[in-house]
Amino acid sequence: MAKVFQKSSFLTDAVLHYCPGCGHGIVHRLVAEALDDIKAQGHVIGIAPVGCAVFAYNYFNCDMIEAAHGRAPSVATAVKRVNPDNIVFAYQGDGDLASIGLCETVHAAARGENVTIVFINNAIYGMTGGQMAPTTLIGQKTTTSPLGRNPAVNGNPIRICELLSTLDGPSYIERVAVYDTPHILSAKKAIRKAFENQVNKKGFSLIEVLCNCPTNWGMTPQQSMDYIKNDMTKIFPLGVFKEV
Amino acid sequence: MSEKVLMKGNEAIAEAAVRGGCRFFAGYPITPQNEVPEYLSKRLPEVGGTFIQAESEVSAINMIYGAASVGARALTSSSSPGISLKQEGISYIAGAELPCVIINMVRSGPGLGGIQPAQGDYFQAVKGGGHGDYKLIVLAPSTVQEAVDMVYGSFDLSEKYRVPVLILGDGMIGQIMEAVSLPEMRDVSKIKKPDWALDGKGSGSNRKIINSLYIEPDVLEKMNIKLAGIYRQIEENEVKVEEYLTDDATVVITAYGTVGRIAKSAVNILRSKGIKAGLIRPVTLFPFPYFAYEKAASSNNVKKFVTVELSMGQMIEDVKLGVNGKKPVEFFGRSGGNVMSAEDIVDFIISKEV
Repeated sequence: MAKVFQKSSFLTDAVLHYCPGCGHGIVHRLVAEALDDIKAQGHVIGIAPVGCAVFAYNYFNCDMIEAAHGRAPSVATAVKRVNPDNIVFAYQGDGDLASIGLCETVHAAARGENVTIVFINNAIYGMTGGQMAPTTLIGQKTTTSPLGRNPAVNGNPIRICELLSTLDGPSYIERVAVYDTPHILSAKKAIRKAFENQVNKKGFSLIEVLCNCPTNWGMTPQQSMDYIKNDMTKIFPLGVFKEV
Repeated sequence: MSEKVLMKGNEAIAEAAVRGGCRFFAGYPITPQNEVPEYLSKRLPEVGGTFIQAESEVSAINMIYGAASVGARALTSSSSPGISLKQEGISYIAGAELPCVIINMVRSGPGLGGIQPAQGDYFQAVKGGGHGDYKLIVLAPSTVQEAVDMVYGSFDLSEKYRVPVLILGDGMIGQIMEAVSLPEMRDVSKIKKPDWALDGKGSGSNRKIINSLYIEPDVLEKMNIKLAGIYRQIEENEVKVEEYLTDDATVVITAYGTVGRIAKSAVNILRSKGIKAGLIRPVTLFPFPYFAYEKAASSNNVKKFVTVELSMGQMIEDVKLGVNGKKPVEFFGRSGGNVMSAEDIVDFIISKEV
């Protein structure tokens, strides 16, 4: 019988620790399949963040480095400079990338480092139990904005793709979402293109993935997917923000 | 050891690092160590190395973490406030058992402090600095030549134990110009990359992972016990101390780094005045040469110890541990960026003799 499907060679057999319905599993698979597509076996180094994906080094079947909170772009910078023939990617969440590590993100992008960053925006701190993130929507309830994010006291969400696209360094900045199959397929295409850009030495690529967090949003998985589609995309419009 | 050249401390140290195999530097400007990155920004590309001026000290130390993960001989340098910013990264590097070399050209503090020489970072350097149970190998050069030799050998030393090496200098050692013999250029193609270093080839059971996260208490405790065992080996094998005229000394002065050099002059002046002074100068601050103090404290000749530091008194705590109450330990220090002269030390000791 013909083989019609097989698990990506870039995923280990480890059981994911993510909550039921969480989008991290989907995006892990997309990243792994994109690496398969570019035939990157034998020359990949991934950087795991601090946050829900902190254990990503258990799941991606390649050499991995666990970085300090927010510092993955700096770690990736050094790895790529020392080993330019490796495909180097960082997988980071919104607290990691857009809050504590915003400086490292902006400067790795401004330097045009030839690395790929996969940015999971689920508008909340998942691992620590649902606190307000830099990307939390106005009105969204979190454990540190229990009445809903109020811009007067909690500030406003940060749009990373828009911010980075003002820089000369990045080669490719796109925002995608994983709330339904067509969008998941588009997300995979974007991630693959980001890796292809790295192969072609085009420089810094960042793919922002709007993702769900049913546990900390207090929703069912389906409700959380609808929330991405109906609420998140209003603040974080999908699309290509920069392509060189 | 062929050439003898006149070089500024910071530049000599930078050249020594390159000759010792350093091929990656990341740092951020801060006085009084700027000549290190300035020199390396030109020098490293000449030898196929990488120089990055990072956006912050925090980023720089994490670049060192990344470069060390893939087996590069990585160096960063900074001065006190910048070293404070690096502490999180240093803890991660220690936790992940990565080798690297960190230079601290200490300036006065706390806070923004001043830009003149000081030794107020002793506690930070030898007692932790960052979070968690870890140690650095801490070396304290007293001359530019000693700094050159230390930096040159520090990559081998760091890789041997997979423990970061901290060179604890000060503004003086960085800014002074001295004649130095530069060591031979190491052939980096002959320096084998460590077998744990990532190369991207990992898959399945031969995957390599650089990590300091151990979520299971028993696993983390095992790691802490392992690290403590390595630190004990370092204490057994790597402690270095200079003893000068201690055999018949009645007063043992003790100081490290450039102050150790000033104290040596003070010993000579005191001897010319008929006071039998000696010097214990720790060359390694971790491991600390407690045994030298135990031995001196047990000598019938020795009446007291005088600890001299550019701080309000930090190393004196380790001196007292070594002396263990057997003899008095006095303290003479300057701070704020003020540096005592040999005569100041002499005057302090004579004033106490009367």
